[in-house]
Amino acid sequence: MKGTNLGEFEELVLLTIATLVSDAYSVAICDDLEKRTGRSVKLGVVHSVLNRLEEKGLAKSKLGEATSARGGKRKRYYAVTNAGKAALLKAKDLRDQYWSVIPEFALKSI
Amino acid sequence: MKDDLNITPPRWATHLLSWYCKPELLEDLEGDLNEYFQRNVKARGLRKAKLIYVIDVLKFFRLYTIRKPEFVNLLINWIMLSSYIKTSGRTIVRNPLFSMINIVGLAISMSVGLLMIGVLSDTLSYDKFHEHHSRIYRVTSHYEYLNEKDGNFMATSSLRAAREIKETFSIPEEVAILNREFSGDIKAGEKIIPLSGFWANPALFKVFSFELLKGNPATALKDPFSIVLTEKSAKKLFGTEEAIGKAIVFNNDKQYTVTGIIKDLPTFSHIQFDILGSLSTKEIIAKDDKSELAWDNIWNTWVYLLLPKDANLALLKANFDELSKREDPTVKHTHIELALQPLDKIMIGDDLGNQIGPVMGKSSLWIFGALTFVVILSAGFNYTNLSIARSLKRTREVGIRKVIGALKRDVLGQFVVEAVMISLCALTLAFILFLLLKPYFLSIEPSVQKLLVLDLSPSLLLYFIGFAIIVGITAGFFPALFFSRINAVQVLKNVANSTFFRKLTMRKVLIVLQYCISIIFITSTIIAYKQYRHFVAFDLGFKTENILNIYLQGNKADILRKELSELPEVKGISQSVMVTSVGNYWGTQMKYHANPIDSAGVYYNIVDENYIPLHEHKLLAGRNFTAKADSSESEVIVNQQVLKRFNIANQDPAKAIDEIINVDRKDLRIVGVMKDFHYGRANGRNSRTEVVLRYSRKDARLLNVKIQSTDLLATYSKIESIWKKYDAVHPMEAKFYNAQIEEAFAGLKGAVKIAGFLAFLAICIASLGLLGMVVFSTETRLKEISIRKVLGASEGTLLYLLGKGFFLLLAIATCISIPVTILFFEKVAFPELANHAPLSIPEMFLGVLGVLLVALIMIGSQTLKVARTNPAQVLKSE
Repeated sequence: MKGTNLGEFEELVLLTIATLVSDAYSVAICDDLEKRTGRSVKLGVVHSVLNRLEEKGLAKSKLGEATSARGGKRKRYYAVTNAGKAALLKAKDLRDQYWSVIPEFALKSI
Repeated sequence: MKDDLNITPPRWATHLLSWYCKPELLEDLEGDLNEYFQRNVKARGLRKAKLIYVIDVLKFFRLYTIRKPEFVNLLINWIMLSSYIKTSGRTIVRNPLFSMINIVGLAISMSVGLLMIGVLSDTLSYDKFHEHHSRIYRVTSHYEYLNEKDGNFMATSSLRAAREIKETFSIPEEVAILNREFSGDIKAGEKIIPLSGFWANPALFKVFSFELLKGNPATALKDPFSIVLTEKSAKKLFGTEEAIGKAIVFNNDKQYTVTGIIKDLPTFSHIQFDILGSLSTKEIIAKDDKSELAWDNIWNTWVYLLLPKDANLALLKANFDELSKREDPTVKHTHIELALQPLDKIMIGDDLGNQIGPVMGKSSLWIFGALTFVVILSAGFNYTNLSIARSLKRTREVGIRKVIGALKRDVLGQFVVEAVMISLCALTLAFILFLLLKPYFLSIEPSVQKLLVLDLSPSLLLYFIGFAIIVGITAGFFPALFFSRINAVQVLKNVANSTFFRKLTMRKVLIVLQYCISIIFITSTIIAYKQYRHFVAFDLGFKTENILNIYLQGNKADILRKELSELPEVKGISQSVMVTSVGNYWGTQMKYHANPIDSAGVYYNIVDENYIPLHEHKLLAGRNFTAKADSSESEVIVNQQVLKRFNIANQDPAKAIDEIINVDRKDLRIVGVMKDFHYGRANGRNSRTEVVLRYSRKDARLLNVKIQSTDLLATYSKIESIWKKYDAVHPMEAKFYNAQIEEAFAGLKGAVKIAGFLAFLAICIASLGLLGMVVFSTETRLKEISIRKVLGASEGTLLYLLGKGFFLLLAIATCISIPVTILFFEKVAFPELANHAPLSIPEMFLGVLGVLLVALIMIGSQTLKVARTNPAQVLKSE
């Protein structure tokens, strides 16, 4: 397994998967990310990140049911694995830790 | 939700996606793209959506989406390839003799192939440094006098044509003119250096990409008395000083100003010069010479046109024809046709007369290429022959491979790989041979050395490797095909009974072919050498022995002559303007009063009163010239051909004396009639032609010094030291007459050398092949021989038994090749070669005998070895 450290975008994608719960497939993730972050998110980038997350074992996927939309192609739904959840928590903890030790005045003046 | 037929994404893009994408990712990806597509159709319209779809498909071509190649197949191929290499390596090592024969044979022939590739790559890289090389054309002319076509196109055309093209033609963008000849002694300060070059017009720098280091390309060749030097000549004349703007004196006469320095010309430029003079100078100098701008003065000017891209060449040719029609009436009985020759074809194109410098020529390239091909073919035969011969030992291997599951193409692949391996081994050896041969090859003929460099470059090495692979594939293909057709069941059941090995016809044919090639090469070499000796020692009708021709190079004859005549070794000195019988022609027009309209060309030489006795020309009637101080020309000596051509005095030499003829617009009295001699080169068809000898003591260009000495070298250096006293600038240029004649036939000598070399190679290769065959066939019959021996056969009978098959093949080869050679020389070569020596059959057989002797030694030694083996030892190990 490659390193379990999460990149910033990887973290966002993983969080989006968690948010969308049972509707987390590539296009939806893309849209949601665009909506929340306000940046333009390319499908290709999301795809490669999803692929990487799956390779790292942080997310898992399964094919859904075939519908008449999407040219009859099935969607691939993603879900966060335990390892993914752990990685997310670890990242959050790390941040909280920092926030807890930053003196109040340090960021106030900026 | 029915999809309209129109709103589907581009089908080809979807196909592309499904072609490259991993199957496990494909469905999802396709679906996503489709969803986006539908969305885009609504938002941005169908066309844009399609475009985005295509771009996205292309963008998804990433490392993680691409389908891995059919992994298993590739793996097998890889494993098998290494297995092939391993087995091939083992076979090569196991049969060192056969492998050596194959590798050495291929290497020898490939070294010639490498030379050929080098020559080709050199010739093809000529003139490519010109930026517009594909758009530059040269104007060539075809001269026709009295409807007599001489079939020769000239690389030159006339100044008149150049001017007309420049002024009236619309198609050419620029017209560059080079005019012969701007050569002589150049004096800069105290230094005098002889340099040579051309007159040229300013457009030269627009047409060609000669780089002008200093000076303005637009004006450097514009004004009269401007001279452009190459870097090298500038250095010679001025050293490190700035040359631009300096004055130089040309031939102690006119003064010129240096207006440009040109970068030294690349080796691969068909135009070579030291200096260029502005053409406008020539126009001033030759102002009074009417012939300068004559339509039929097509001997001195090279015209190069820069045409626009996609120029209409047919239209240009039509313009040329119009020009000819317009200008032809200005000269009598003459038709001159102009044509175009692309710059890129100059080196490898048709063999034109009057080239600006040496060229390779199509015919020599073709001949050399064909000979190379024959030699390589011969080595390829060896490979095919030996591989099939040895197939007996390898059929089992192939059978087992097939049983295990190898397909036909796998076996084919295996043997081709093996052949390529061997040819790559041969390449390394061939490369070493190539490096060794290179200097010899370049020194075969002086012109070759000027033309070719044969420098190694990465691209050349790549060509070499490519060449080796091609040779390997071609040589290995037939054996490979043979092996791939083997029937596994048959070979595994019973090797000895399989019918393959009874069919030896092809092998026999190949051996006969190889020996035919060898014999043809060797006999041709012998014949060509005989011709060379014949021409060098040819009876020209006068004597050339011990005559040293010293070129005066502008010096006065008298002083040098006086000094030289004081040497005790010098038996006589005469003077002349040219050397006959070595391929030089000086021509002029002649008329005879009996037929005033009929003027015809005659060749001439201007000599003094000593010339005829010194060269022992035979006078049939009349007398020799008498010494005469005044310069007016009044007497002439003609040969029999002149009497015949003009029908003077019914061709009776005695009566022709005192007849008046008009030579070069002067009325001259015939004082003597000489016997015909070979004015041209002895192999020329019209070498024994109409010649007049004219008298003048002033116009001499060279001294003919007859020497009688036991130490010619010492005498030569004595003469040289005298020369140095009078001329410090020019090194003495002197050659013995016989050596000059030999030089005139240097081309033939070069051909003999090449043919001899190739004959040697062909014989080597054929012998190697024969050796392999003999060794093989004797070894496979070892048991049979042993049994025969036990039963009482003598060594002699065994020798006969083993050798007779091969002797028969050699006999057939001889019977085929000798008539072919004779036919070739009688029908093809000799009609082109006047005055040739007759074919001498005994000498041809000598060559054949040589080849056969080598073959006999090969067969004899091997069969004897087998015949002498102890039968007990062979039969014991059953």
